[in-house]
Amino acid sequence: MTYTPEKPKTAESSEALRARIPGWGADLDPADRPSVPRERFDPTFSGAWWEFPERQPEKWPRERSIEHKFLTPVFGTACPPKGVSGAIRKLAYRRYSEGRAAHWLLLIAADRVDAAGSTLRSFLTTRPDNPITETGVLSEISHHGLASRRGENRADLRHQPLDPIIVAAPWVLTGALAYVLAKRVVRRRRA
Amino acid sequence: MRAMVYRGPYRVRVEEKDRPAVEHPNDAIVRVTRAAICGSDLHLYHGMMPDTRVGMTFGHEFVGVVDEVGPSVQNLKVGDRVMVPFNVFCGTCYFCARGLYSNCHNVNPNATAVGGIYGYSHTSGGYDGGQSEFVRVPFADVGPSLIPEWMDEDDAVLLTDALATGYFGAQLGDIVEGDVVVVFGAGPVGLYAAKSAWLMGAGRVIVIDHLDYRLAKAAEFAHAETYNFAEYDDIIVHLKKITEYLGADVTIDAVGAEADGNFLQHVTAAKLKLQGGSPVALNWAIDAVRKGGTVSVMGAYGPLFSAVKFGDAMNKGLTLRMNQCPVKRQWPRLFEHIKNGYLKPSDIVTHRIPLEHIAEGYHIFSAKLDGCIKPLIVPNAA
Repeated sequence: MTYTPEKPKTAESSEALRARIPGWGADLDPADRPSVPRERFDPTFSGAWWEFPERQPEKWPRERSIEHKFLTPVFGTACPPKGVSGAIRKLAYRRYSEGRAAHWLLLIAADRVDAAGSTLRSFLTTRPDNPITETGVLSEISHHGLASRRGENRADLRHQPLDPIIVAAPWVLTGALAYVLAKRVVRRRRA
Repeated sequence: MRAMVYRGPYRVRVEEKDRPAVEHPNDAIVRVTRAAICGSDLHLYHGMMPDTRVGMTFGHEFVGVVDEVGPSVQNLKVGDRVMVPFNVFCGTCYFCARGLYSNCHNVNPNATAVGGIYGYSHTSGGYDGGQSEFVRVPFADVGPSLIPEWMDEDDAVLLTDALATGYFGAQLGDIVEGDVVVVFGAGPVGLYAAKSAWLMGAGRVIVIDHLDYRLAKAAEFAHAETYNFAEYDDIIVHLKKITEYLGADVTIDAVGAEADGNFLQHVTAAKLKLQGGSPVALNWAIDAVRKGGTVSVMGAYGPLFSAVKFGDAMNKGLTLRMNQCPVKRQWPRLFEHIKNGYLKPSDIVTHRIPLEHIAEGYHIFSAKLDGCIKPLIVPNAA
């Protein structure tokens, strides 16, 4: 009972749980659990035989956090920065530490620029972006889209009718703004 | 080679990419035979993780066969069947030397607050992931392990993150015999955390979610007591009532940034990306635990700030413990548990999806269609 010193009793005893649940209590001793993230100095456990790894060649000026002393000896090379999004990313890394909101917000902005630019660029290729196949929305038909939601008390259903509006609104507004601006430019030229 | 490629929020496709090459003498190239989509991949898919670049291949849960090794690799050879932890780590930096492999300082130039993760944006180092036919595996002498002869590939792939992380979440809770443990989230990691809580001696394990089919799995697979929060006006009050108004001894946030939240949280976090995710699950974990209790967090959050109820955590005298899981430290013990029959990881797999259909796979998993709990990806070269 909470308002008195004793801890409330659980419905089942340890013996009953041991009998009912395979492996119950196998790791009862906290000192015997393998991965407590506390420091346990043991540099030989991993199988590494270097003290500081050999350095991976830097093929382009690799962006890095200014909280690092130098470029880490190993790094990924998945998508080098390119175009306008790349310039924003480089600015975020060059100018702001990870402690600054500007760093992350610039990177998120660069992601959106990258996505929009890549979509536009894809129309100049033989494989343009396809919102039907790439969103996987066809699985709504093949994998019980309606049945998965009908009669289910799912919390996410409350937001789903709003999602298309939230997602589409910035595009519609941007399109409308571009249309208005273009119209003004055309009018001025005619005038 | 064929690989999944990110095209922008909610859009992925499979395309032809260059086969990865050895870029460092200790690299290996692994031919992927089984991969998975992880709940935290959805943060990338939804555009929530900063510096997720178009063209990136996701996938940090994968196993495969060594196809090529760099000149300095000593512990692996071509043809070895390997499982690869989701952490990229060097093994000898200050953090690795202390077993904190997920916090390795030598593999992620893009950030110091997070280590290297396969296929997890440039914020985690810019490594391509394993939802493809081939993948580059740095530090091949320290990361991968041989898959034991007796272990099925479907079980092995779940050890590369989901099971190890679930076990780790229970462990972060510092559970002692008889503890009441509440797990928020009945996805793969939540299911494994609930199951692991029993191994550590929990007296009662409660799982909270809003999807009935996942709660049914939690009851069956993890022997848990389950509640659908959507059926309660206030799930916290309900949890207090069923724990004699004490609260849980340990709460585990196995949801992370993708919690649905109220409308304001949904818009600011999920849609406008102005928070590092919706902190609903984390706040519930803080609310539902008793004073002096422990909150364990291994649900993934992005680097942006989140509106977390820190004042309540302080006033309640809570211990908050969290990290990305240092996967390889878990394996020897988890191998024993699987061998002893205490855990059968692949029991939660619901879908096997060919790599070519990965866009559908992401949508099914993201929209929670078709009773999906854990989808595995089978590359063409498998």
